[in-house]
Amino acid sequence: MSEVIDRPLRDDEKPTATRLRIVDCDVHPSLRSTDDLNEFLPKRWQQHLREYGSHLRTPYLFTTPYPRSSPLIARRDAWPPTGGPPGSDLAFMQKQHLDPLDVEFGILQVLDLFIFSQQNLEFGAAIQRAINDWQLAFWSHRDPRLKASILVGQDGVDLAIAEIERCAKIGEYIQINVSPRANEPLGRRRYWPIYERAQALDLPLGIHVGGYGGHAPTGGGWPSYYVEEHQSNAHTIAAQLASLVIEGVPERFPKLKIVFIEGGFGWIPSAVWRMDQHFERFRSEVPHLRRKPSEYVREHFWFTTQPIDEPDEARHLRALIEWVGIDRLLFSSDYPHWDFDDPRFAFKTPLTEAERKKIFSSNARAVYKF
Amino acid sequence: MARHIVATTSEIPPGGNKVVDIAGRDIVVFHVNGEFFALLNRCPHEGAPLEKAACVARLTSPEPGVYERSRVGEMLRCPWHGWEFDMRNGQSWFDPKRVKIRSYPVAVERGEELQKGPYVAETFPVHVEDSYVIVEV
Repeated sequence: MSEVIDRPLRDDEKPTATRLRIVDCDVHPSLRSTDDLNEFLPKRWQQHLREYGSHLRTPYLFTTPYPRSSPLIARRDAWPPTGGPPGSDLAFMQKQHLDPLDVEFGILQVLDLFIFSQQNLEFGAAIQRAINDWQLAFWSHRDPRLKASILVGQDGVDLAIAEIERCAKIGEYIQINVSPRANEPLGRRRYWPIYERAQALDLPLGIHVGGYGGHAPTGGGWPSYYVEEHQSNAHTIAAQLASLVIEGVPERFPKLKIVFIEGGFGWIPSAVWRMDQHFERFRSEVPHLRRKPSEYVREHFWFTTQPIDEPDEARHLRALIEWVGIDRLLFSSDYPHWDFDDPRFAFKTPLTEAERKKIFSSNARAVYKF
Repeated sequence: MARHIVATTSEIPPGGNKVVDIAGRDIVVFHVNGEFFALLNRCPHEGAPLEKAACVARLTSPEPGVYERSRVGEMLRCPWHGWEFDMRNGQSWFDPKRVKIRSYPVAVERGEELQKGPYVAETFPVHVEDSYVIVEV
């Protein structure tokens, strides 16, 4: 099979003719500069940001994040002509992404200022609060397609609860985002008050991979290479899935919905098979679990599709989608980052129209109640 | 195959490119170290615009700890997922038999040569003192 495309685009591949309106569960807006936050950030924390900045638990100086493959981990074509970093110009995002791909809803995922990795919990809470306000003022209110999440750091549980309550009163946020790499595994009891609030408010819990929680992202320690680190996103999120399920979060909060974002889905079958197998053998260690782990996964968890796995044979991807479950998958592009998935070309396996509709739209509409 | 005059040589600076529409095809012409290459402006993977690709060197390593750079500027690195292609023939670096970008023959000819031949297009007035990039599609 040659992948040479030596022809003009067909009409159904052209940007203005996507076959269905899509919900994109992972769109990254960026601050044009931290000054954007001034109107939402008390002077005390503006000063802190200027004088001390981020305090992260990372192993070495200057080993963290950028450029990681390309400057600001962004698509090279996503730099706005008006200046500023990729994702910082709404008009350009509309022109390059939302309009041509016919995005009906785009869910904002903010990563600026290492928002979930701040070790100064009060500073972290202040910038989370400012960014929650900024999401509405700079994005959702200017383009109602763009939906904001309540960002909170779960290690300051009291601060997180206060922020969730504040935002819930505003009533415009569609999920609660917590760190994928908190100081302890996400199933721990200390984080349950946040899950309790999410259930009570009927807001899904969003967990977007990445960040620096202070622990090595792999069980084997710190990676030397970005390619290793990127691979570790899947391990980390698999560990968090196991923690949430086995510590009993879905059992304790039977209406809680959890969405894993940017972790892909290729790793799920093996992780779930193994949990089920071990559950049969070690049931007496976890008597609080009344059902097989796979049953909790199939009822409580959803997974965004990017970065999509690309096996050599299309039927393997097809089998993977079926094993994970068509109903569990939510399309995401990760715009404007370098590993962006184009909804027209990323699924290199046949899908029926009904399946496409589920993955690209109706699953997300059901989870987020659009 | 028709020949299309797409630019003057001075119009595309070294390291730069120009996108042209030829018969409905979006084609990008690169200028690298005095040579010109024409490729379909579309990564065969997910369709990224190659006009935004990085023009990089081939980086090889005969063994861990030893690194060699060669063919500086002749490799294209896709602006999205970083797939690398050889600009001379569109072949991918990692799977040259299966994955390639369509490439097109390019010639550079002087204005006076063009004036003698059948390739004087009305839309591209020819000045004899200049050279032209010609893509064959």
